[in-house]
Amino acid sequence: MTLPMFPPGEGPGPDFSEVLRRVGSAIFGAGPGAWPHSLPGSGPAGGVTQMAGGAGVAPSRGQSSLDIPHGTTICAVRYGDGVVMAGDRRATAGSAIAHRTMEKVHPADTHSGVAIAGAAGTAMEMVRLFQLQLEHYEKVEGQALSLDGKANQLSQMVRSNLAMAMQGFVVVPLFAGYDLRRERGRIYTYDFTGGRYEETDYHADGSGGRDARTTIKLGFREDMTREEGIELCVRALWQAADEDSATGGPDAVRGIYPTVATITAAGFERVPEDQVAEAFERVINTLSSAEVNNALTGRARGSSGRPSSSGRRSGTRRVPAPGTAGSAGEPAAGAEGKPSAARRSKRP
Amino acid sequence: MTMPFYVAPEQFMKDKADFARKNIARGRPLVATVYAEGVLICSENSSRSLHKVSEIYDRIAFGGVGKYNEFDSLRVSGVQHADLKGYQFSREDVDARSLANLYARYMGNVFTHEMKPLEVEILVAEVGAHPGEDQMFHILYDGTVVDEDRFTALGGEADAISSRMARAYRAGWSLADALAASVEALSGQERQLQPRELEVAVLDRGNGRRAFRRILEPEVRSLLGLEAKRDGKPEAEKADRLPSAGEMGE
Repeated sequence: MTLPMFPPGEGPGPDFSEVLRRVGSAIFGAGPGAWPHSLPGSGPAGGVTQMAGGAGVAPSRGQSSLDIPHGTTICAVRYGDGVVMAGDRRATAGSAIAHRTMEKVHPADTHSGVAIAGAAGTAMEMVRLFQLQLEHYEKVEGQALSLDGKANQLSQMVRSNLAMAMQGFVVVPLFAGYDLRRERGRIYTYDFTGGRYEETDYHADGSGGRDARTTIKLGFREDMTREEGIELCVRALWQAADEDSATGGPDAVRGIYPTVATITAAGFERVPEDQVAEAFERVINTLSSAEVNNALTGRARGSSGRPSSSGRRSGTRRVPAPGTAGSAGEPAAGAEGKPSAARRSKRP
Repeated sequence: MTMPFYVAPEQFMKDKADFARKNIARGRPLVATVYAEGVLICSENSSRSLHKVSEIYDRIAFGGVGKYNEFDSLRVSGVQHADLKGYQFSREDVDARSLANLYARYMGNVFTHEMKPLEVEILVAEVGAHPGEDQMFHILYDGTVVDEDRFTALGGEADAISSRMARAYRAGWSLADALAASVEALSGQERQLQPRELEVAVLDRGNGRRAFRRILEPEVRSLLGLEAKRDGKPEAEKADRLPSAGEMGE
């Protein structure tokens, strides 16, 4: 390698994507279709690992070539001190589980985080480049970008992935951070064209995003504590995993729990796994009997609006007690994303 | 009719070297030393925004003296190189030795082939995983690389500063001791540098992935044991400094 030296006035500035372009290995930020290898014309094969195209992502509608398998649920919720971000750990390839331990919530820099949904390879590469881009700017310029500036950078990366997105490799990030100038947490969402939208309080994306969003909407309050914020995110993920087969729930057998992180004035901080596990226990213990009975009867929640024969079982709770879930060698409810099926088989 | 005069190569190189050395000596100096937890870089710099010491990569820092625009463009190139290398290979593969070699090659090339040599001296420092593994590369205007493992001084009066550091240096000293000795060495006998005239940064083994950390004036004060503001005679003490336009433009 040689030292990159540019004549005055022709340097790439603080833009790392531009540096990459100059040396000929740019991916994002290098215009449409910048991936170095050619792509299958018919869109992604079933074997491509996906982390959700996002239930709300437009291109998957009406285009068979974009009818890709979904996975993942990611969410972010503003609370008193900043933002909580969370994401499940599952990646799917078609109907198979590709990974059980995928990390979808990453620190972008000290005071911001990015969560990703979409084609796993593209998404992970985008996160890596985004992290590098922020650090590169900070080092070259001597100060970090503003939070809006960071959000805008990510927007440009998503937009430059448009050609890939049209072939099915959609990446939908969720960006959140603590704005040190305005002293509050802020959340940004994106669509696959690079459109950037600031959310006031919360957002969730991915194939289970709709279920997660509804849960957060019902549970959101202003100025929640850290514990309440974490619990709300965890509850949203539980509900998403309950309804969406591509979203992984807590896996007590293997000890795999969703990634949860907080971003406050003190910076990005991963919530330790035991705290996430505790939050799940609290959530599972406080599920309403209606939810549990619906799961027991195996009916879709939408079709059981009226009282049914399951009403008489409303007193019995089939959710395993928190202590027994792992120790009995039996996955906690939702551990494999199919809690209803697991429990149905044990019905008397 | 003009005829180019013949100039002996020896004379030509000597003229260039004298030119570079003279201008570098006008700049204010920088000193770097290893201490128990990493590498301390301390320089005389009254500007808070135009830095002489900067971060290159996770464990690598850069220091420059001389002409600001020249060493700053070297610094940016170093950041670009390091980030590229880390992106194409792995973060672990980015090391100070290879970067120092690239700098040396570039600066040597400019010295030999360009009309004007670079009027800078630079430092590339890397903190190791354990004490004793820290590295400092001092690169001169002509591409000469000097590998130091205790301390090094760059810029004006570097020899005098080095000899003062040599007297004070103790292996495995603390940050406070190292800083006090560095400030003493930079100050000399006639004057005492004040914390606000210093730019101090460390590569700290205990600082996580990114080892680089700036030490700002309040912390410098407390490390030097100057709790209260004692501004008795700072203005008079600055009088013997070389006048310079814009502080960093020399």
